[in-house]
Amino acid sequence: MRERKIRVLIAKPGLDGHDRGAKVVARALRDAGMEVIYTGLRQTPEQIVTAALQEDVDVIGLSILSGAHMTLVPRVMQLLREKGLHDVVVFVGGIIPQEDIPKLKALGVAEVFLPGTLLEQIVSTVRQSVRRPLETAE
Amino acid sequence: MTTREVASHLEEALARWEEQTLKPTLARLPERAAEFTTTSLRPIKRLYTPLDIQHLDFERDIGFPGEYPFTRGIHPTMYRGKLWTMRQFAGFGTAFDTNKRFRYLLEQGQTGLSVAFDLPTLMGLDSDHPLAEGEVGKCGVAVSSLEDMEVLFDGIPLEEVTTSMTINAPAAVIFAMYLVVAEKQGADWKKISGTIQNDILKEYIAQKEWIYPPRPSMRLIVDTIAFCTREVPRWHPISISGYHIREAGSTALQELAFTLRDGIEYVEWCVQAGLHVDEFAPRLSFFFNCHNDFFEEIAKFRAARKVWARVMRERFGARDPRSWMCRFHTQTAGCSLTAQQPYNNVVRTTIQALAAVLGGTQSLHTNALDEALALPTEFTAMLALRTQQIIAHESGVVNTVDPLAGSYFVEKLTSEMEQGCYEYFEKIDAMGGMIAAIERGFPQKEIQEAAYRYQQAVDRREKIIVGVNEYVVEREPVEVPILYIDESVAEIQKERLRRLRARRDNTKVKRTLEALKEAARGTENTMPYILECVRAYATLGEICEALKEVFGEYQEPPF
Repeated sequence: MRERKIRVLIAKPGLDGHDRGAKVVARALRDAGMEVIYTGLRQTPEQIVTAALQEDVDVIGLSILSGAHMTLVPRVMQLLREKGLHDVVVFVGGIIPQEDIPKLKALGVAEVFLPGTLLEQIVSTVRQSVRRPLETAE
Repeated sequence: MTTREVASHLEEALARWEEQTLKPTLARLPERAAEFTTTSLRPIKRLYTPLDIQHLDFERDIGFPGEYPFTRGIHPTMYRGKLWTMRQFAGFGTAFDTNKRFRYLLEQGQTGLSVAFDLPTLMGLDSDHPLAEGEVGKCGVAVSSLEDMEVLFDGIPLEEVTTSMTINAPAAVIFAMYLVVAEKQGADWKKISGTIQNDILKEYIAQKEWIYPPRPSMRLIVDTIAFCTREVPRWHPISISGYHIREAGSTALQELAFTLRDGIEYVEWCVQAGLHVDEFAPRLSFFFNCHNDFFEEIAKFRAARKVWARVMRERFGARDPRSWMCRFHTQTAGCSLTAQQPYNNVVRTTIQALAAVLGGTQSLHTNALDEALALPTEFTAMLALRTQQIIAHESGVVNTVDPLAGSYFVEKLTSEMEQGCYEYFEKIDAMGGMIAAIERGFPQKEIQEAAYRYQQAVDRREKIIVGVNEYVVEREPVEVPILYIDESVAEIQKERLRRLRARRDNTKVKRTLEALKEAARGTENTMPYILECVRAYATLGEICEALKEVFGEYQEPPF
């Protein structure tokens, strides 16, 4: 059984230009053997979900440091449902207050990574989140 | 003894020490690591001696404060004469909210204001623009028109405070708004003082909040510098910034070298536009980051002054000593703060602030402990200010000028930073200057590489971050209260804009915007035209949109 490479879309929604985290995480996932597509800056939730659909990704990583996560993440989640992308696992990284983490998880976000998260932790969480559906698919 | 004889005597002494004292110790007790490096992964030797600085000449390289090459500071008395300006960056919500915070900070003894704008404002978008949704008032104050600026500085006499505004792509417009508020207060433009960041090159390199392509952006910057030279002579029309370059993951050296090379680019453009270097160079200012690595940061600041002095005197032939001075603001490193055990951030910030002071900064912002989670609350903002006040009044480090000068280590590191800068300058000059380097992604790639290397070092625990990859606790012992900005800010802003657009003279708005476009197409200074738009209450978004029609928009190539 040959496992398909995990496909990840790293996206920067909103106006925030701080892309250090997005780029470092993209590279770490790539180095861990995943296929990573980086959207570039200032993507609308619509653009992100369209890209996720076209690229047939397993995972979306949203990087937000501007405080707009409670507006942008619900929109992305809603659009994913509308497009039938129920299996896509969504992670959020950035400046996120503790109180918002349960709210984001209630929306269906698999995990929230705060500043200081180690790359190995992100890589293993992403890998674990998609392992089961892929193995059964092949 | 000749210098050569002294050196050879020292070399012998060092060899003897290594053999007789060091070697047996290492055999008994090996060092904790094979290599010791700074936060920027620069290797550091076990011991520095006079041999490391024998190439330095006291008068030429270190010298006296207030004199070329200013290694020791730009003022002869430094903090004995005047403490640095304690300038805490603040801004959130509506102009009403931030005005209240400003008044609070002034009451607490803060000596200068520093405005943080929200992302829509930074991108030249009004609060009611569709792309502004969810972002209004979040990481700064929302300012869409002169009306908002009037509220922001209500009750604050602009002739008496100095104001720093962190604004780049739309800097000319925000500056025009500030000038019109001053005008309405009856303040004399010749007397007001402050800074606009107005540094677009580091936006392309690191922070990525741009509007127009590089060349028209540079023209707007030259326009503001030329305008200030004539009309607002005490204003700093640009703050050439390494802060964001460092936050994006650069090393200390890259921060220094790219920032100073950006400075060279601005000076070149101004000179080409017909300004004499000594007319504007004394008003140029810089803005650096201060990270955890204490001595590396101090060396960076000392090298900054030395390199800039040399560049201005030798490369540009500046004659006025004020043109040679690298005066700078410092902010402690936001990227060094951790979401884990956030109270530890107070300690990190204290170390960084101390390094900035020992490095001779002119003004300082200390980050609040909760900034890896959200914007600071009133309490954490005050604690950050108190950190500076304790350094100023209790630590004693202000009693003498440049106390670390003469340290073999600090002087050697300063000298390495200086040489490293010249090497980067050569590379960038060979590419055809900073804009060409940016277009081919050179600084961007250097920074990305450094950011990744650093993160890998943290992951491999070669670099220990307390509470992150060592001394981790399962449950955070304390919870930090969070400042929340709710969506009512956006609603208030939308309503204010709706009323403004209904109330103002829209024919006049249209006329002033057309005149601005005409000026932008030609070669005239755009500032007087922007001022006219602002006086007519054209909004930030409308003015930036008008300029977009002429200049186009920047698209980042993929790197």
